[in-house]
Amino acid sequence: MKFLEEKIVKALMYLSTALVAAWVVSILWTILSKGWGSMSWEMVSQLPGGGFYIGKEGGFLNAIVGSLYIVGASAVLGLLVSVPVVFYLNVYLRRSSKLGYAARLACDVLFGIPSIVYGAFGFALMVALGMRASLGGGIVVVTLLIIPIFIRSMDEAARGFPREILDTAYSLGATRLQTIGVVLRQIAPGIATATLLSIGRAIGDAAGVMFTAGYTDSIPTSLSQPAATLPLAVFFQLSSPIAEVQNRAYAAAAVLTLIVLVLSVGGRLIMNRFSKNKLQ
Amino acid sequence: MTRTFRPDNKFPRSADTTQMKIEGLDVHIGASAILKNVNLVIPDKQITCVIGPSGCGKSTLLRSMNRLIDSTEGARIEGRILIGDEDIVHSGEHITELRRRIGLVSQKPSPLPMSIFENVAYGCQIHGIRNRRKLRLVVRHYLEAVGLWDEVAERLHTPASRLSIGQQQRLCLARSLAVEPQFILADEATSALDPIASRNVEELFVRLKNDYSIIMVTHTLRQARRIADHVVFMYLGEVVEAGPAVQVFDDPQHELTKKYLSGAFS
Repeated sequence: MKFLEEKIVKALMYLSTALVAAWVVSILWTILSKGWGSMSWEMVSQLPGGGFYIGKEGGFLNAIVGSLYIVGASAVLGLLVSVPVVFYLNVYLRRSSKLGYAARLACDVLFGIPSIVYGAFGFALMVALGMRASLGGGIVVVTLLIIPIFIRSMDEAARGFPREILDTAYSLGATRLQTIGVVLRQIAPGIATATLLSIGRAIGDAAGVMFTAGYTDSIPTSLSQPAATLPLAVFFQLSSPIAEVQNRAYAAAAVLTLIVLVLSVGGRLIMNRFSKNKLQ
Repeated sequence: MTRTFRPDNKFPRSADTTQMKIEGLDVHIGASAILKNVNLVIPDKQITCVIGPSGCGKSTLLRSMNRLIDSTEGARIEGRILIGDEDIVHSGEHITELRRRIGLVSQKPSPLPMSIFENVAYGCQIHGIRNRRKLRLVVRHYLEAVGLWDEVAERLHTPASRLSIGQQQRLCLARSLAVEPQFILADEATSALDPIASRNVEELFVRLKNDYSIIMVTHTLRQARRIADHVVFMYLGEVVEAGPAVQVFDDPQHELTKKYLSGAFS
């Protein structure tokens, strides 16, 4: 009887795993089969030419570069804000701290807010400040969007941090601030995961950047110019009635997926180097 | 072995003897009193073994001596712990400098998540030694002092966590010594080790007492008999008896000490 249970549960687990795998494959298949025909060196290396949106010459380099700008800058800004927060929550505050509880709750609430709301908030803010849709605005909103993801996932890693390591550092005469080097080394894999999650969310987000970064056919040369992004490139081209343009949307989606894939794999490889000293 | 600290050491080290004096030390955690009116003198450059049954406050006493007790939630500490004329209990921010003078070796080896080299260099780095060449000398010196150099010289830059438990414990000792402490606190430092590694560390302590005052919490009476110069017997948060090892072991004054030593309870 127990044997049977074991077999049924095992079969169910295989089934779930297969479902997830099939899901990934079918997404990739859809994107690639529809987008591959339109994929060309021109697509990823050129700006949209005249008539690009009715199926004529040009590419969507503007969206690739715009997305990379926004994601890169907001990942760096997000890390700069989140690492001190996580460090403060876990090293300076006591476990039972009410402030820590409130801060974590606030992050959870921010985590759950849809990105369109961040976009609307950013838009309202920019209107109040008299700014136009721009790369800078997009970066700020995407940074706000990913900070809670950064904080919550790094916090999870930091909470499992062995307290003896801190005691060891203190006993050598370290101040609380000086323990940051030790803490960062120990939670390096957590930081890597947090960064990848955040980048994944940031690069795929259309609603947050729609009003704040805008869209343009050129590559922005300053923070005050609008910037195109890949999700919006997909969105605009997919809304077109022309089949060729729709296929280019899939090509853009394929590039988007590829970037996420490269970042994920690359990020893990790099972080594995940093985390070799982590204690089990 | 010659003196264990380097002639070019950066940290001032007073030549005269420095005792640790504990006066009226009370420690509460929450509502319960863990240490009650502890009065002790820790003699200079000797091994003081703190013995007593589990839960008698041995570890709390040790954690008070370098104020690691601060990181225990709900802990309150009163009284005085004096090194020379400096009071550890009321040292405020100055505690980080005082902690440098009080090394700690914990029960379970606690390597930092770094390479072997960085583990030993870490303490020096946080106290401002940046010169790479000097750090190399320091690391080598203290790894030699704990007899680990020959075993790890070829793999200084591999993670410390890959060492065996016994090697890790000696590494932790080297790391503590590298910041030039006067005192070494050892909290059952050999209890997680196998007999050979344990004997190694024990012998190390005996050699180190020429240069350091060692305060060792131990559960093993035989170990205390082997190495202690001075013994403190604690029970339920109080010091029952303290004195030279010969006297406490061979001629205990207190009934409780006699019972404990004869194995009536542990």
